[in-house]
Amino acid sequence: MKHKATEEILNGEIVLSVDEIVIKFNLRGKELTAIRGASLDLHKGESLAIVGESGSGKSVFTKSFMGLLDSNGRIESGTIMYKGDNLAKFKTEDDWIKIRGKEIAMVFQDPMTSLNPLKTIGKQVQESIELHQNLKGEEAKKLAIDILSDVGISDSEKRFKQYPHEFSGGMRQRVVIAIAVACNPNILICDEPTTALDVTIQAQILQLLKNLQKKYDLTIIYITHDLGVVANVADRIAVMYAGDIIELGTADEVFFDPKHPYTWALLSSLPQLGIKGEPLYSIKGTPPNLFKEIVGDAFAPRNPKALKIDFVKRPPYFEVTPTHKARTWLLDPRSPKIEPPAMILKMREMDEKWGVSNE
Amino acid sequence: MNKREKLLEVKNLKVEFGKKNNKFVAINDVSFNIYKGETFGLVGESGSGKTTIGRAIIRINPVSGGEILYNGKPISGKIDDDLDKEITKKIQMIFQDPMASLNERAKVDYIVSEGLYNLKNYGSEENRKKIVEQALLEVGLLPEFASRFPHEFSGGQRQRIGIARVLVMEPELVIADEPISALDVSIRAQVINLLSDLQEKKGLTYLFIAHDLSVVRFISDRIAVIHKGKIVELAETEKLFANPLHPYTRSLLSAIPTPNPRLEKNKKIEIYDPSCHKYEDNPPSWVEIEPEHFILANEIELEQYKRMIK
Repeated sequence: MKHKATEEILNGEIVLSVDEIVIKFNLRGKELTAIRGASLDLHKGESLAIVGESGSGKSVFTKSFMGLLDSNGRIESGTIMYKGDNLAKFKTEDDWIKIRGKEIAMVFQDPMTSLNPLKTIGKQVQESIELHQNLKGEEAKKLAIDILSDVGISDSEKRFKQYPHEFSGGMRQRVVIAIAVACNPNILICDEPTTALDVTIQAQILQLLKNLQKKYDLTIIYITHDLGVVANVADRIAVMYAGDIIELGTADEVFFDPKHPYTWALLSSLPQLGIKGEPLYSIKGTPPNLFKEIVGDAFAPRNPKALKIDFVKRPPYFEVTPTHKARTWLLDPRSPKIEPPAMILKMREMDEKWGVSNE
Repeated sequence: MNKREKLLEVKNLKVEFGKKNNKFVAINDVSFNIYKGETFGLVGESGSGKTTIGRAIIRINPVSGGEILYNGKPISGKIDDDLDKEITKKIQMIFQDPMASLNERAKVDYIVSEGLYNLKNYGSEENRKKIVEQALLEVGLLPEFASRFPHEFSGGQRQRIGIARVLVMEPELVIADEPISALDVSIRAQVINLLSDLQEKKGLTYLFIAHDLSVVRFISDRIAVIHKGKIVELAETEKLFANPLHPYTRSLLSAIPTPNPRLEKNKKIEIYDPSCHKYEDNPPSWVEIEPEHFILANEIELEQYKRMIK
């Protein structure tokens, strides 16, 4: 069932197309390359998760779709095509205002800091309706109350008049989501939407986002480092490392048949797969310094089984299936056969076991 | 297993904040023991009081009822200076956010030796330097790092500094308050391994406070689940995961994210509704329902839970 839906989405319209984007920052007189030629097609109605460690560039990558890069950052080359416009060429705020909110909206990580503490939450939702949906006064207020109940805030007429401090963390995140949805966007970017929340609340917020996606016909990009969240929501997964998408595939492909050594390492370090009393798998070393030019596969220095060519030449994308590709020399027919680590195989076994018990 | 030595006993602990009309009971009638050498996990959502318990044990939060015994000696309330010093040395805490818990203006050398300066028990200056060096090596940092400032380190390294400053005190009990929540997945694994290594090498006992059950399951021998200032269930880790009885525990376990898209997408989350308890005429008590498995329940519920075990 699930597979068919994903296929349908992938055959559907492409809403956003990023091609070979390079983003640089000037920092203390030096130049840092945060995104090194990443490409991505976003399909209408899908949920795409971007995973990676902090500093891998997942936030910078998506911020560039909305013109939210810090002032010392710039898009060096590449294109971001959205509805016939190249967003990479946008310069002025006037250009961006047409995109921000109305077309692409964002839910930020920390609901404690992303709301204005001096305004009632109702006003904050109403504001975004008035700006983006050409409604005024009472009409806008009515819609705001509707949207608040849509995001699961009960008694929304009364809550409309309350201030952010009267809300718990989970409730505030609902308000932040309401504000984003009130812009009536095409694409919703959720930057670590549940990291600051408790597990039980986290599950509720993810469910809410899935419901809203259906109701408002949204395309959602999730940015997260929590692979549990990814497993829950994502149709497709893009794994980022050192400013590049190193593996891209459907959720099943990335979890059960990962190809890039970094994806292997990331999955292996999950405590859920650990064996008690034995050390947990951990990735040695640190991510590369992005001030320097990266030669070869960026993950090679941390990969104990790296090939020689990994240090010399940057791997291209190798296609595994039409929906699954990875940037690793291991997929080159000439490379030696290296089996994925035991953890990944264990995960597959676990899945088969569960699969039986589910049916 | 039967001859386990109780290192810490918490008996009917109560912690309140505020006065009279503003009174808020953060911890209500909580009892548990921590045995020597084990890792005791304390799980609950934010605001449940798990950190407050940790802080009550190291005497940051005053206790308003009940008592805490360490090695059989009461350490809550007023205690004499010598015992106070001893406790400060033997019970140490690792804090959650390595970005916020280190003094930005102090060098690592000072941060790590602050506890030593406090107790003035390090002998000569040379000796102090040696202790700091040793501690840094033990947490996987280089001794040269002593002359640097915290902002020069990544999150994982900072947490290592936080652990080093605990080690110099040669503690017996370490309270780790969400030590890895602020870290990345790959760094998390490193810090978890470091904590397990140190436990083995130094015979440490951990009170591990966290909300991430998958991590707690991996690291803890026993787990206590806390909800709104009360421990609702306590059992050995695998017993708890095999037989979660209290509806709150069940809802918490059902919400753990699993890294498996097929399972995750079909999972059912149990929602905990506190009004499912009928406690007005029949208040609950803390009962050992099966060996080493405690639960907060009244008689009627106890019958139900007993049936669930079978």
